[in-house]
Amino acid sequence: MPSARFSMLERAPSQDTRQDGSVPRPVAFRGAGFMPGGGRASGWIALALVIAFWQLAGSAGWVNPLFLPAPSAIAVAIYKLAVSGALWQHVSASVVRIGSGWLIGTVAGVIVGFAIGLSTLARGVGITFISALFPIPKIALLPLLILWLGIGEEPKIATIALGVFFSTAISVYSGVDAVPRNLIRMAQSFNVPFHAIVIRVIWPGALPSILAGFRITASVALLLVVSAEMIGAQFGIGAFVLQAGNLMQTDQLLAGVVILSLFGLAVGKAINVLEMRLLHWR
Amino acid sequence: MDLIADHISHRFGGLDVLDDVSFTVASGEVVAIVGPSGCGKSTLLSILGGLLRPSEGRAELRGAPPDNSLNPLTFVFQDFALLPWCTVEANVEFPLVHTALDAAARQAVVDDALRRTGLSDFRGAYPKQLSGGMRQRVGIARALAVRPAILLMDEPLSALDSQTRELLMEDFVRLLADGTMGAVYITHNLEEAVRLADRVVVLSRRPGRVREVVSIPMTRAERGGIDARGKLLTLQNQLWSLIREEAIDAEREVQHA
Repeated sequence: MPSARFSMLERAPSQDTRQDGSVPRPVAFRGAGFMPGGGRASGWIALALVIAFWQLAGSAGWVNPLFLPAPSAIAVAIYKLAVSGALWQHVSASVVRIGSGWLIGTVAGVIVGFAIGLSTLARGVGITFISALFPIPKIALLPLLILWLGIGEEPKIATIALGVFFSTAISVYSGVDAVPRNLIRMAQSFNVPFHAIVIRVIWPGALPSILAGFRITASVALLLVVSAEMIGAQFGIGAFVLQAGNLMQTDQLLAGVVILSLFGLAVGKAINVLEMRLLHWR
Repeated sequence: MDLIADHISHRFGGLDVLDDVSFTVASGEVVAIVGPSGCGKSTLLSILGGLLRPSEGRAELRGAPPDNSLNPLTFVFQDFALLPWCTVEANVEFPLVHTALDAAARQAVVDDALRRTGLSDFRGAYPKQLSGGMRQRVGIARALAVRPAILLMDEPLSALDSQTRELLMEDFVRLLADGTMGAVYITHNLEEAVRLADRVVVLSRRPGRVREVVSIPMTRAERGGIDARGKLLTLQNQLWSLIREEAIDAEREVQHA
Protein backbone atom coordinates (compact mmCIF):
# COMPACT_ATOMS: atom_id res chain seq x y z
CA MET A 1 0.00 0.00 0.00
CA PRO A 2 1.48 3.38 -0.94
CA SER A 3 2.29 5.72 1.90
CA ALA A 4 0.21 8.84 2.53
CA ARG A 5 3.16 11.00 1.50
CA PHE A 6 3.45 9.16 -1.79
CA SER A 7 -0.20 9.48 -2.63
CA MET A 8 -0.05 13.20 -1.87
CA LEU A 9 2.78 13.54 -4.38
CA GLU A 10 0.79 11.61 -6.95
CA ARG A 11 -2.16 13.90 -6.50
CA ALA A 12 -0.07 17.05 -6.84
CA PRO A 13 -1.18 19.11 -9.86
CA SER A 14 0.99 18.64 -12.94
CA GLN A 15 3.10 21.57 -14.13
CA ASP A 16 1.22 21.58 -17.42
CA THR A 17 -2.06 22.54 -15.79
CA ARG A 18 -2.97 26.11 -16.73
CA GLN A 19 -6.09 27.40 -15.10
CA ASP A 20 -6.33 30.66 -17.06
CA GLY A 21 -5.69 28.93 -20.42
CA SER A 22 -2.58 31.01 -21.23
CA VAL A 23 -0.06 29.55 -23.68
CA PRO A 24 3.38 28.84 -22.17
CA ARG A 25 6.40 30.37 -23.87
CA PRO A 26 10.03 29.32 -23.44
CA VAL A 27 12.33 31.39 -21.24
CA ALA A 28 14.67 33.31 -23.56
CA PHE A 29 18.30 32.14 -23.38
CA ARG A 30 20.51 35.03 -22.28
CA GLY A 31 23.72 33.26 -21.39
CA ALA A 32 25.50 33.35 -24.76
CA GLY A 33 28.94 34.84 -25.39
CA PHE A 34 31.86 35.87 -23.19
CA MET A 35 33.32 32.35 -23.42
CA PRO A 36 35.82 32.38 -26.32
CA GLY A 37 37.12 28.94 -27.23
CA GLY A 38 40.56 27.89 -28.47
CA GLY A 39 39.94 28.47 -32.20
CA ARG A 40 43.28 26.97 -33.32
CA ALA A 41 41.93 25.77 -36.67
CA SER A 42 40.52 29.18 -37.52
CA GLY A 43 43.89 30.74 -36.70
CA TRP A 44 45.76 28.45 -39.11
CA ILE A 45 43.13 28.98 -41.81
CA ALA A 46 43.39 32.77 -41.43
CA LEU A 47 47.20 32.60 -41.65
CA ALA A 48 47.02 30.41 -44.76
CA LEU A 49 44.55 32.82 -46.37
CA VAL A 50 46.79 35.84 -45.68
CA ILE A 51 49.84 34.04 -47.15
CA ALA A 52 47.79 32.92 -50.18
CA PHE A 53 46.56 36.46 -50.79
CA TRP A 54 50.08 37.82 -50.33
CA GLN A 55 51.41 35.26 -52.83
CA LEU A 56 48.64 36.15 -55.27
CA ALA A 57 49.44 39.86 -54.94
CA GLY A 58 53.12 39.13 -55.66
CA SER A 59 52.53 36.77 -58.55
CA ALA A 60 49.97 39.04 -60.20
CA GLY A 61 52.31 42.00 -59.96
CA TRP A 62 49.97 44.04 -57.70
CA VAL A 63 52.90 44.96 -55.45
CA ASN A 64 56.51 45.79 -56.29
CA PRO A 65 58.64 42.76 -55.18
CA LEU A 66 61.35 45.17 -54.08
CA PHE A 67 59.06 46.51 -51.35
CA LEU A 68 57.17 43.30 -50.59
CA PRO A 69 58.56 40.07 -52.06
CA ALA A 70 56.15 37.14 -52.37
CA PRO A 71 56.21 34.34 -49.78
CA SER A 72 57.67 31.98 -52.38
CA ALA A 73 60.60 34.38 -52.91
CA ILE A 74 61.17 34.48 -49.15
CA ALA A 75 61.09 30.66 -49.01
CA VAL A 76 63.65 30.51 -51.83
CA ALA A 77 65.85 33.01 -49.97
CA ILE A 78 65.70 30.87 -46.80
CA TYR A 79 66.53 27.75 -48.83
CA LYS A 80 69.55 29.43 -50.45
CA LEU A 81 70.74 30.68 -47.06
CA ALA A 82 70.42 27.18 -45.63
CA VAL A 83 72.24 25.56 -48.54
CA SER A 84 75.07 28.08 -48.47
CA GLY A 85 75.58 27.58 -44.73
CA ALA A 86 75.09 31.29 -43.97
CA LEU A 87 71.81 30.59 -42.20
CA TRP A 88 73.45 28.40 -39.53
CA GLN A 89 76.30 30.89 -39.13
CA HIS A 90 73.85 33.71 -38.37
CA VAL A 91 71.38 31.64 -36.37
CA SER A 92 74.06 29.97 -34.24
CA ALA A 93 75.67 33.34 -33.43
CA SER A 94 72.29 34.71 -32.29
CA VAL A 95 71.38 31.57 -30.36
CA VAL A 96 74.67 31.61 -28.44
CA ARG A 97 74.14 35.27 -27.49
CA ILE A 98 70.50 34.77 -26.53
CA GLY A 99 71.25 31.57 -24.62
CA SER A 100 74.16 33.04 -22.66
CA GLY A 101 72.47 36.37 -21.95
CA TRP A 102 69.15 34.78 -21.02
CA LEU A 103 70.77 32.23 -18.73
CA ILE A 104 72.92 34.80 -16.89
CA GLY A 105 70.01 37.26 -16.57
CA THR A 106 67.60 34.54 -15.45
CA VAL A 107 69.88 33.03 -12.79
CA ALA A 108 70.68 36.49 -11.39
CA GLY A 109 67.01 37.55 -11.60
CA VAL A 110 65.77 34.42 -9.81
CA ILE A 111 68.32 34.87 -7.00
CA VAL A 112 67.57 38.58 -6.55
CA GLY A 113 63.81 38.02 -6.95
CA PHE A 114 63.81 35.39 -4.20
CA ALA A 115 65.93 37.61 -1.96
CA ILE A 116 63.46 40.49 -2.43
CA GLY A 117 60.53 38.15 -1.83
CA LEU A 118 61.98 36.71 1.38
CA SER A 119 64.10 39.40 3.04
CA THR A 120 63.03 42.80 4.34
CA LEU A 121 66.48 44.32 3.76
CA ALA A 122 66.77 42.92 0.23
CA ARG A 123 63.24 44.14 -0.52
CA GLY A 124 64.01 47.67 0.63
CA VAL A 125 67.23 47.91 -1.35
CA GLY A 126 66.25 45.77 -4.34
CA ILE A 127 62.91 47.37 -5.17
CA THR A 128 64.46 50.84 -5.05
CA PHE A 129 67.16 49.88 -7.55
CA ILE A 130 64.82 47.90 -9.78
CA SER A 131 62.28 50.74 -9.87
CA ALA A 132 65.03 53.17 -10.87
CA LEU A 133 66.79 50.98 -13.46
CA PHE A 134 64.00 48.88 -14.97
CA PRO A 135 62.52 51.65 -17.18
CA ILE A 136 65.88 52.34 -18.91
CA PRO A 137 65.90 50.87 -22.44
CA LYS A 138 68.76 48.40 -22.04
CA ILE A 139 69.95 48.84 -25.62
CA ALA A 140 70.86 52.43 -24.69
CA LEU A 141 73.50 50.95 -22.39
CA LEU A 142 75.22 49.00 -25.18
CA PRO A 143 77.72 51.79 -26.07
CA LEU A 144 78.65 52.05 -22.39
CA LEU A 145 78.96 48.29 -22.13
CA ILE A 146 81.20 48.28 -25.23
CA LEU A 147 83.42 50.84 -23.47
CA TRP A 148 83.55 48.70 -20.35
CA LEU A 149 83.78 45.24 -21.90
CA GLY A 150 85.33 45.88 -25.34
CA ILE A 151 84.10 45.06 -28.84
CA GLY A 152 83.19 41.41 -28.74
CA GLU A 153 80.46 39.12 -27.53
CA GLU A 154 80.51 40.36 -23.94
CA PRO A 155 78.64 43.69 -24.34
CA LYS A 156 75.89 42.04 -26.44
CA ILE A 157 75.46 39.22 -23.92
CA ALA A 158 75.53 41.73 -21.05
CA THR A 159 72.81 43.85 -22.74
CA ILE A 160 70.56 40.79 -23.08
CA ALA A 161 71.34 39.66 -19.53
CA LEU A 162 70.43 43.09 -18.15
CA GLY A 163 67.12 43.14 -20.03
CA VAL A 164 66.27 39.63 -18.86
CA PHE A 165 67.43 40.24 -15.28
CA PHE A 166 64.99 43.02 -14.41
CA SER A 167 61.89 41.31 -15.83
CA THR A 168 62.86 38.02 -14.19
CA ALA A 169 63.51 39.61 -10.80
CA ILE A 170 60.13 41.37 -10.92
CA SER A 171 58.21 38.25 -11.93
CA VAL A 172 60.00 36.14 -9.30
CA TYR A 173 59.35 38.44 -6.36
CA SER A 174 55.76 38.97 -7.53
CA GLY A 175 55.43 35.19 -7.64
CA VAL A 176 56.90 34.79 -4.16
CA ASP A 177 54.51 37.46 -2.87
CA ALA A 178 51.60 35.62 -4.49
CA VAL A 179 52.26 32.33 -2.70
CA PRO A 180 49.28 31.94 -0.34
CA ARG A 181 50.40 32.88 3.18
CA ASN A 182 48.25 30.11 4.63
CA LEU A 183 50.50 27.50 2.97
CA ILE A 184 53.58 29.05 4.55
CA ARG A 185 51.86 29.19 7.94
CA MET A 186 50.81 25.56 7.51
CA ALA A 187 54.41 24.54 6.86
CA GLN A 188 55.62 26.59 9.85
CA SER A 189 52.99 24.95 12.04
CA PHE A 190 54.61 21.59 11.24
CA ASN A 191 58.08 22.95 12.12
CA VAL A 192 59.24 22.57 8.51
CA PRO A 193 62.67 24.27 8.28
CA PHE A 194 63.07 27.56 6.38
CA HIS A 195 65.00 26.07 3.45
CA ALA A 196 62.44 23.30 3.06
CA ILE A 197 59.61 25.87 3.02
CA VAL A 198 61.44 27.78 0.28
CA ILE A 199 62.04 24.65 -1.80
CA ARG A 200 58.78 22.80 -1.22
CA VAL A 201 56.24 25.60 -0.78
CA ILE A 202 57.49 28.93 -2.12
CA TRP A 203 59.31 27.70 -5.24
CA PRO A 204 56.41 25.62 -6.61
CA GLY A 205 53.92 28.29 -5.52
CA ALA A 206 55.85 31.00 -7.36
CA LEU A 207 56.50 28.84 -10.44
CA PRO A 208 53.43 29.96 -12.45
CA SER A 209 54.58 33.58 -12.18
CA ILE A 210 58.21 32.63 -12.88
CA LEU A 211 57.28 30.73 -16.05
CA ALA A 212 55.06 33.61 -17.18
CA GLY A 213 58.14 35.78 -16.66
CA PHE A 214 60.19 33.40 -18.84
CA ARG A 215 57.75 33.99 -21.68
CA ILE A 216 58.32 37.74 -21.40
CA THR A 217 62.09 37.50 -20.99
CA ALA A 218 62.40 35.24 -24.03
CA SER A 219 60.81 38.02 -26.11
CA VAL A 220 63.00 40.64 -24.44
CA ALA A 221 66.10 38.57 -25.24
CA LEU A 222 65.06 38.22 -28.88
CA LEU A 223 64.40 41.95 -29.16
CA LEU A 224 67.72 42.86 -27.58
CA VAL A 225 69.82 40.39 -29.57
CA VAL A 226 68.51 41.82 -32.85
CA SER A 227 69.10 45.39 -31.67
CA ALA A 228 72.58 44.61 -30.35
CA GLU A 229 73.55 42.77 -33.53
CA MET A 230 72.34 45.68 -35.62
CA ILE A 231 74.65 48.00 -33.71
CA GLY A 232 77.83 45.98 -33.72
CA ALA A 233 78.07 42.46 -35.11
CA GLN A 234 79.26 40.70 -38.24
CA PHE A 235 77.13 37.60 -37.74
CA GLY A 236 73.71 37.08 -36.24
CA ILE A 237 70.14 37.44 -37.48
CA GLY A 238 70.06 41.12 -36.52
CA ALA A 239 73.24 41.84 -38.47
CA PHE A 240 71.94 39.83 -41.41
CA VAL A 241 68.61 41.71 -41.50
CA LEU A 242 70.39 45.08 -41.32
CA GLN A 243 72.83 44.09 -44.07
CA ALA A 244 69.99 42.86 -46.31
CA GLY A 245 68.10 46.10 -45.73
CA ASN A 246 71.13 48.19 -46.63
CA LEU A 247 71.52 46.24 -49.90
CA MET A 248 67.75 46.43 -50.64
CA GLN A 249 67.60 42.61 -50.60
CA THR A 250 64.09 42.57 -49.18
CA ASP A 251 63.58 38.84 -49.78
CA GLN A 252 66.58 38.14 -47.55
CA LEU A 253 65.47 40.79 -45.07
CA LEU A 254 62.09 39.12 -44.74
CA ALA A 255 63.77 35.70 -44.61
CA GLY A 256 65.57 36.96 -41.50
CA VAL A 257 62.28 38.22 -40.08
CA VAL A 258 60.62 34.84 -40.72
CA ILE A 259 63.51 33.05 -39.00
CA LEU A 260 63.12 35.37 -35.99
CA SER A 261 59.39 34.65 -35.92
CA LEU A 262 60.01 30.88 -36.06
CA PHE A 263 62.58 31.23 -33.30
CA GLY A 264 60.06 33.10 -31.14
CA LEU A 265 57.42 30.45 -31.83
CA ALA A 266 59.83 27.66 -30.91
CA VAL A 267 60.71 29.33 -27.62
CA GLY A 268 57.00 29.88 -26.86
CA LYS A 269 56.32 26.22 -27.60
CA ALA A 270 59.18 25.13 -25.34
CA ILE A 271 57.71 27.23 -22.50
CA ASN A 272 54.27 25.70 -23.16
CA VAL A 273 55.78 22.23 -22.77
CA LEU A 274 57.55 23.34 -19.59
CA GLU A 275 54.28 24.72 -18.18
CA MET A 276 52.41 21.52 -19.03
CA ARG A 277 55.03 19.42 -17.28
CA LEU A 278 55.56 21.61 -14.23
CA LEU A 279 52.11 23.15 -13.74
CA HIS A 280 49.92 20.14 -14.55
CA TRP A 281 48.34 20.48 -11.11
CA ARG A 282 46.57 23.75 -11.98
CA MET B 1 50.29 17.24 28.02
CA ASP B 2 48.27 20.34 28.99
CA LEU B 3 48.06 23.55 26.98
CA ILE B 4 47.70 26.72 29.02
CA ALA B 5 46.59 30.16 27.91
CA ASP B 6 48.25 32.34 30.53
CA HIS B 7 46.85 35.90 30.71
CA ILE B 8 47.07 36.36 26.94
CA SER B 9 46.40 39.82 25.53
CA HIS B 10 47.00 40.91 21.99
CA ARG B 11 46.67 44.05 19.94
CA PHE B 12 47.15 44.75 16.26
CA GLY B 13 48.46 48.32 16.09
CA GLY B 14 45.99 50.33 18.14
CA LEU B 15 43.31 47.65 18.03
CA ASP B 16 42.90 45.54 21.18
CA VAL B 17 41.90 42.06 20.08
CA LEU B 18 42.35 39.89 23.18
CA ASP B 19 42.37 40.93 26.81
CA ASP B 20 43.78 38.75 29.57
CA VAL B 21 42.55 35.38 28.34
CA SER B 22 43.39 32.43 30.58
CA PHE B 23 42.27 28.81 30.50
CA THR B 24 43.79 25.33 30.42
CA VAL B 25 43.23 22.50 27.99
CA ALA B 26 43.92 19.32 29.93
CA SER B 27 45.43 16.26 28.31
CA GLY B 28 42.85 14.56 26.08
CA GLU B 29 40.30 17.32 26.65
CA VAL B 30 38.37 19.04 23.86
CA VAL B 31 37.79 22.74 24.47
CA ALA B 32 35.65 24.73 22.08
CA ILE B 33 36.05 28.49 21.85
CA VAL B 34 33.02 30.47 20.75
CA GLY B 35 32.23 34.14 20.64
CA PRO B 36 30.93 36.94 18.43
CA SER B 37 32.57 37.71 15.08
CA GLY B 38 35.89 39.50 15.48
CA CYS B 39 36.36 38.56 19.15
CA GLY B 40 39.84 37.18 18.48
CA LYS B 41 39.15 33.42 18.36
CA SER B 42 41.51 32.73 15.45
CA THR B 43 44.12 35.13 16.85
CA LEU B 44 43.99 33.21 20.13
CA LEU B 45 44.49 29.90 18.31
CA SER B 46 47.48 31.28 16.39
CA ILE B 47 49.01 32.38 19.71
CA LEU B 48 48.32 28.99 21.31
CA GLY B 49 49.94 27.23 18.34
CA GLY B 50 53.03 29.44 18.33
CA LEU B 51 52.29 31.16 15.03
CA LEU B 52 51.76 34.58 16.60
CA ARG B 53 53.59 36.26 19.47
CA PRO B 54 51.12 37.71 22.00
CA SER B 55 51.45 41.32 23.13
CA GLU B 56 51.18 40.13 26.74
CA GLY B 57 50.97 36.79 28.51
CA ARG B 58 51.99 33.53 26.94
CA ALA B 59 50.98 30.08 25.80
CA GLU B 60 52.52 27.27 27.81
CA LEU B 61 52.76 23.51 27.68
CA ARG B 62 52.77 21.44 30.87
CA GLY B 63 53.88 17.84 30.90
CA ALA B 64 55.66 15.81 28.25
CA PRO B 65 54.08 15.11 24.88
CA PRO B 66 53.46 11.46 23.92
CA ASP B 67 56.71 9.69 23.04
CA ASN B 68 55.84 9.12 19.40
CA SER B 69 54.44 12.60 18.75
CA LEU B 70 56.22 14.39 15.90
CA ASN B 71 54.34 17.68 16.36
CA PRO B 72 52.47 17.95 19.65
CA LEU B 73 50.47 21.05 18.63
CA THR B 74 49.04 20.53 15.17
CA PHE B 75 46.67 22.76 13.23
CA VAL B 76 43.68 21.80 11.11
CA PHE B 77 42.91 24.83 8.97
CA GLN B 78 39.60 26.31 7.91
CA ASP B 79 40.78 26.61 4.28
CA PHE B 80 42.48 23.17 4.40
CA ALA B 81 45.91 24.67 3.44
CA LEU B 82 46.74 21.83 1.05
CA LEU B 83 49.62 22.10 -1.39
CA PRO B 84 47.83 22.14 -4.77
CA TRP B 85 50.86 20.74 -6.61
CA CYS B 86 51.03 17.66 -4.38
CA THR B 87 48.87 14.56 -4.45
CA VAL B 88 46.84 13.55 -1.42
CA GLU B 89 49.61 11.17 -0.41
CA ALA B 90 52.33 13.81 -0.81
CA ASN B 91 50.28 16.33 1.18
CA VAL B 92 49.93 13.88 4.06
CA GLU B 93 53.63 13.04 3.84
CA PHE B 94 54.66 16.71 3.69
CA PRO B 95 55.21 17.30 7.44
CA LEU B 96 57.11 14.01 7.75
CA VAL B 97 59.78 14.58 5.11
CA HIS B 98 62.07 16.65 7.33
CA THR B 99 61.68 14.34 10.34
CA ALA B 100 63.99 11.49 11.29
CA LEU B 101 61.60 8.87 9.90
CA ASP B 102 63.00 6.82 7.03
CA ALA B 103 61.04 6.32 3.81
CA ALA B 104 59.50 3.00 4.89
CA ALA B 105 58.37 4.38 8.26
CA ARG B 106 56.96 7.48 6.56
CA GLN B 107 55.01 5.34 4.13
CA ALA B 108 53.57 3.29 7.00
CA VAL B 109 52.48 6.46 8.84
CA VAL B 110 50.94 7.92 5.68
CA ASP B 111 49.10 4.68 4.89
CA ASP B 112 47.70 4.58 8.41
CA ALA B 113 46.55 8.23 8.30
CA LEU B 114 44.91 7.72 4.90
CA ARG B 115 43.17 4.57 6.12
CA ARG B 116 41.85 6.29 9.25
CA THR B 117 40.36 9.11 7.19
CA GLY B 118 38.99 6.90 4.41
CA LEU B 119 41.35 8.34 1.79
CA SER B 120 43.28 5.22 0.78
CA ASP B 121 41.62 5.11 -2.63
CA PHE B 122 42.37 8.78 -3.31
CA ARG B 123 46.09 8.86 -2.57
CA GLY B 124 47.02 9.80 -6.15
CA ALA B 125 44.41 12.56 -6.53
CA TYR B 126 45.24 16.28 -6.52
CA PRO B 127 43.36 18.66 -4.20
CA LYS B 128 41.53 20.31 -7.12
CA GLN B 129 40.00 16.92 -7.95
CA LEU B 130 38.46 16.57 -4.46
CA SER B 131 35.32 17.96 -2.86
CA GLY B 132 35.58 20.34 0.09
CA GLY B 133 34.87 17.54 2.56
CA MET B 134 37.53 15.30 1.06
CA ARG B 135 40.05 18.14 1.11
CA GLN B 136 39.42 18.66 4.80
CA ARG B 137 39.86 14.92 5.31
CA VAL B 138 43.31 15.30 3.74
CA GLY B 139 44.00 18.14 6.19
CA ILE B 140 42.95 15.87 9.05
CA ALA B 141 45.01 12.95 7.73
CA ARG B 142 48.04 15.24 7.51
CA ALA B 143 47.46 16.32 11.11
CA LEU B 144 47.05 12.72 12.30
CA ALA B 145 50.27 11.69 10.55
CA VAL B 146 52.37 13.66 13.04
CA ARG B 147 50.53 12.08 15.99
CA PRO B 148 49.56 15.31 17.76
CA ALA B 149 48.86 15.61 21.44
CA ILE B 150 46.49 18.51 20.83
CA LEU B 151 44.73 19.43 17.59
CA LEU B 152 44.25 23.15 17.02
CA MET B 153 41.20 23.40 14.78
CA ASP B 154 40.27 26.77 13.32
CA GLU B 155 36.66 26.51 12.15
CA PRO B 156 37.49 23.29 10.28
CA LEU B 157 33.95 22.73 9.06
CA SER B 158 32.83 26.26 8.26
CA ALA B 159 33.74 26.06 4.56
CA LEU B 160 31.68 22.89 4.06
CA ASP B 161 28.04 22.19 3.29
CA SER B 162 25.80 20.95 6.09
CA GLN B 163 25.79 17.28 5.04
CA THR B 164 29.57 17.12 4.75
CA ARG B 165 29.82 18.96 8.06
CA GLU B 166 27.69 16.32 9.73
CA LEU B 167 29.80 13.50 8.30
CA LEU B 168 33.07 15.11 9.36
CA MET B 169 31.70 15.85 12.81
CA GLU B 170 31.05 12.11 13.17
CA ASP B 171 34.67 11.53 12.07
CA PHE B 172 35.93 13.96 14.72
CA VAL B 173 33.87 12.20 17.41
CA ARG B 174 35.42 8.88 16.35
CA LEU B 175 38.98 10.27 16.25
CA LEU B 176 38.65 11.89 19.67
CA ALA B 177 36.88 8.91 21.22
CA ASP B 178 39.86 7.24 22.91
CA GLY B 179 40.84 10.42 24.76
CA THR B 180 44.51 10.28 23.80
CA MET B 181 44.27 13.43 21.70
CA GLY B 182 42.98 16.76 22.96
CA ALA B 183 41.73 19.65 20.85
CA VAL B 184 41.08 23.35 20.83
CA TYR B 185 38.13 23.82 18.52
CA ILE B 186 37.38 27.32 17.27
CA THR B 187 33.87 27.65 15.90
CA HIS B 188 31.00 30.06 15.46
CA ASN B 189 28.65 27.08 15.24
CA LEU B 190 27.23 26.36 18.69
CA GLU B 191 25.88 22.96 17.62
CA GLU B 192 29.42 21.84 16.75
CA ALA B 193 30.66 23.20 20.07
CA VAL B 194 28.17 21.24 22.20
CA ARG B 195 28.53 18.08 20.08
CA LEU B 196 32.33 17.93 20.28
CA ALA B 197 33.63 19.81 23.32
CA ASP B 198 34.09 18.82 26.92
CA ARG B 199 34.08 22.49 27.84
CA VAL B 200 33.11 25.60 25.91
CA VAL B 201 34.99 28.84 26.50
CA VAL B 202 32.75 31.80 25.64
CA LEU B 203 34.62 34.94 24.64
CA SER B 204 33.15 38.43 24.84
CA ARG B 205 33.13 40.81 21.87
CA ARG B 206 36.40 42.55 21.01
CA PRO B 207 38.65 42.75 22.91
CA GLY B 208 37.93 39.08 23.63
CA ARG B 209 37.81 38.17 27.31
CA VAL B 210 36.73 34.87 28.85
CA ARG B 211 33.12 35.54 29.67
CA GLU B 212 32.08 32.08 30.77
CA VAL B 213 33.31 28.50 30.67
CA VAL B 214 30.48 26.01 30.16
CA SER B 215 30.99 22.30 30.82
CA ILE B 216 29.08 19.76 28.76
CA PRO B 217 27.83 17.17 31.26
CA MET B 218 27.79 14.22 28.86
CA THR B 219 30.33 12.00 27.18
CA ARG B 220 30.68 12.47 23.44
CA ALA B 221 29.33 8.97 22.91
CA GLU B 222 26.16 9.86 24.83
CA ARG B 223 25.57 12.94 22.72
CA GLY B 224 24.82 10.87 19.63
CA GLY B 225 21.63 9.43 21.18
CA ILE B 226 18.14 10.80 20.57
CA ASP B 227 17.63 11.36 24.32
CA ALA B 228 20.57 13.74 24.41
CA ARG B 229 19.19 16.07 21.73
CA GLY B 230 16.97 18.00 24.12
CA LYS B 231 19.81 18.54 26.58
CA LEU B 232 22.21 19.60 23.83
CA LEU B 233 19.65 22.04 22.48
CA THR B 234 19.23 23.54 25.95
CA LEU B 235 22.98 23.94 26.23
CA GLN B 236 23.09 25.47 22.78
CA ASN B 237 20.40 27.98 23.77
CA GLN B 238 22.28 28.74 26.96
CA LEU B 239 25.40 29.51 24.94
CA TRP B 240 23.45 31.58 22.45
CA SER B 241 21.91 33.65 25.24
CA LEU B 242 25.46 34.43 26.41
CA ILE B 243 26.55 35.53 22.96
CA ARG B 244 23.45 36.97 21.32
CA GLU B 245 23.53 40.60 22.48
CA GLU B 246 27.24 40.91 21.86
CA ALA B 247 26.94 39.21 18.48
CA ILE B 248 24.39 41.87 17.48
CA ASP B 249 26.69 44.65 18.72
CA ALA B 250 29.68 43.07 16.95
CA GLU B 251 27.74 42.83 13.69
CA ARG B 252 26.73 46.49 13.90
CA GLU B 253 30.32 47.39 14.61
CA VAL B 254 31.47 45.51 11.51
CA GLN B 255 28.81 47.20 9.39
CA HIS B 256 29.86 50.64 10.60
CA ALA B 257 33.57 49.94 10.16
